[in-house]
Amino acid sequence: MTGTTQDDYTDVYARRVRGMSTSEIRALFSVASRPEVVSLAGGSPYIAALPLDAVGEMLGSLAAEQGTVSLQYGIGQGTVELRERICEVMALSGIRGASPDDVVVTVGGQQALDLLARLFLDPGDVVLAEGPSYVGALGVFQAAQAQVHHVPMDDEGLIPAALEEAIAAVARSGRRAKFLYTIPTFQNPAGVTLTEERREQVLEICERAGLLVVEDDPYGMLSFEGDVPVPLRARRRDGVFYVSTFSKTFAPGLRVGWILAPHAVREKLVMMSEANVLCPSTFAQGAVTQYLTTMPWREQIKSYREIYRERRDVLLAALRDLMPAGTTWTNPTGGLFTWVTIPEGLDSKAMMPRAIAARVAYVPGTGFYADGTGTSNMRLNFAYAAPERLREGVRRLSGVMEQELAMRAVFGPGSAIHHHRRRGAATADAPGPDLA
Amino acid sequence: MVLAGGLSYERDVSLRSGRRVLDALRDVGVQAELHDSDVALLPALQEDPPDAVLIALHGATGEDGSLRGVLDLCGVPYVGPDAHASRVAWDKPSAKAMLSEAGIPTPEWVALPHDRFSELGAVAVLDRIVDRLGLPLMIKPAQGGSGLGAAVVREEADLPAAMVGCFAYYTTALVEKYVPGKNIAVSIVDLGSGPQALPPVEIVPRDGVYDYAARYTAGLTTWHAPARLDEKTTARVIEVSLAAHKTLGLRDMSRVDLIVTEDGSPQVLGTNVSPGLTETSLLPLAVQAAGLSLGRVLATLIERAAARG
Repeated sequence: MTGTTQDDYTDVYARRVRGMSTSEIRALFSVASRPEVVSLAGGSPYIAALPLDAVGEMLGSLAAEQGTVSLQYGIGQGTVELRERICEVMALSGIRGASPDDVVVTVGGQQALDLLARLFLDPGDVVLAEGPSYVGALGVFQAAQAQVHHVPMDDEGLIPAALEEAIAAVARSGRRAKFLYTIPTFQNPAGVTLTEERREQVLEICERAGLLVVEDDPYGMLSFEGDVPVPLRARRRDGVFYVSTFSKTFAPGLRVGWILAPHAVREKLVMMSEANVLCPSTFAQGAVTQYLTTMPWREQIKSYREIYRERRDVLLAALRDLMPAGTTWTNPTGGLFTWVTIPEGLDSKAMMPRAIAARVAYVPGTGFYADGTGTSNMRLNFAYAAPERLREGVRRLSGVMEQELAMRAVFGPGSAIHHHRRRGAATADAPGPDLA
Repeated sequence: MVLAGGLSYERDVSLRSGRRVLDALRDVGVQAELHDSDVALLPALQEDPPDAVLIALHGATGEDGSLRGVLDLCGVPYVGPDAHASRVAWDKPSAKAMLSEAGIPTPEWVALPHDRFSELGAVAVLDRIVDRLGLPLMIKPAQGGSGLGAAVVREEADLPAAMVGCFAYYTTALVEKYVPGKNIAVSIVDLGSGPQALPPVEIVPRDGVYDYAARYTAGLTTWHAPARLDEKTTARVIEVSLAAHKTLGLRDMSRVDLIVTEDGSPQVLGTNVSPGLTETSLLPLAVQAAGLSLGRVLATLIERAAARG
């Protein structure tokens, strides 16, 4: 009898999916969903803060009173009503005068990234992205068989000189960088924000190099400390594709996002989206439209900001009080995440099993780099867990790090683990979207 | 009732096993419910006691005997060995010691907790290990499964990293002489006429390493069931596997993992009292190779456990 691989389709798969596999780290995240574990790992907003009864009534009437429309197919670009509301939302962020005609509604920000990748990327093309960057975007670029070249950040966001150097390095290698993917405000995972001054510099550098900009802005409205710099798209109409979502300001379960794109590109995006999903969920679009029209959504965002600010303060205070010497972290002024750099010699990926045994979870930094680096970092979400759980999580994490430091001291510098991501994607080192 | 999930590193594998078991049982008309090992379990057992429990929990909860002890306290019968036998089989050094005493071949080994390295000096201890056992070495947590925390070390310089990787999963490491050969798994079931070995399964990982990804990603490993062994070697492998099952006092269902060297000698690496039952697991492959139905085999084991009371 010949052997079986339990997969009769091995020879049929497209080249781009041949690297996909499960991973030990993914398995460990499975435990993180249990209530005993303090999870600082997920990307979830704190949905319990929504007025769920009122949202329920709204959804009920959307079906009962408008069901013949809200449960029917819609147009590929998304409903006019929602696109008008989206333009109002963007105006609040500083993008004024956008036309609903130039908005394409998508199935969350994730489909927006997928459409842009399909539109612009050929296999082997280069995407420049902050290092670290959003794991979901890295997954999209990998699926498009593009190569991600990371550009370092500091506390003021992307470093312009490093961006110039990266553009030059890609050119020297004979390849073509198609766009810069950036999350300039309350970056995921780093939590930092690109300063006013640097925004202009980054745009100028990209213009000079003929590099498009994909600006991802899911967190811009979640500022804890007043105004934030206006989006890149508010400064340039051309060459900047603006992507955002209602996942962090309303509800990720509805999967409603959008792209603001120049007219010529928008037509192509709509055709591609129709080939992809026919149309975004009409019911979900109706829900968001109703929410923005009939409910106090601005107050809800204020409420999120207050909750998240308090939780950020609790997390940062716990880090200050409890983390071993040599640990540093970013000081986010909005959003959901802080980025921790652990003491030299520690490895956030190798430490994961010990953390799970101690009933605390985080995302190792390797989940946010296409090239497998990031072992010195971890991402912590402060938005979801209750304040007392946040402190307890940091207490457990600190114990884990102390144990690991002791272990490294016993076995010496030769104990550094060389991870080989042989089937390598950043997504293998990050949890699925369901992990809170 | 099928128990799956738990708090172990193998939670995800266990959930997959549990769902597969439910499907297999449903196919043969057995109604079962899936339950996690959590605070709702004991009230559920009390409120509506099942005829028997099938433990598809992998890792400590399902295999270290503790949950079985609790089920004994509740008077709920379960498939598989009792608490004591499970505890011994789960702890690899204890199991290897018993196997050795019974004359069952198992690779030479030493088991060391991490604090022995800090006490005696890691370099000195590692030097002694390499002097005594040679290279390559197999490093694995003394308790645990699915290849988590395990590594083959071919160069002495790689040993410290492998030890740290292993200690991230458990406090004691099993350091074994690496024995090259075919990876073989023998599943054993007792359907009423004593322990019976199913056809041995041979494991050939695509990249040479049977790690977590290779175990649970369809397509990354080729399994040969029955294994490509001659008749005499197959008979010897089965004989040794049944001896291991009996020596450790196992019951109902187990899996024995072995290496068969080039000259056909089997060496037992360990046993598993709660074998994986996922789509890519070894026991279901062996059941299929034997021409049996997984659902019927499991249903029979559940009936037998229920009859034990």
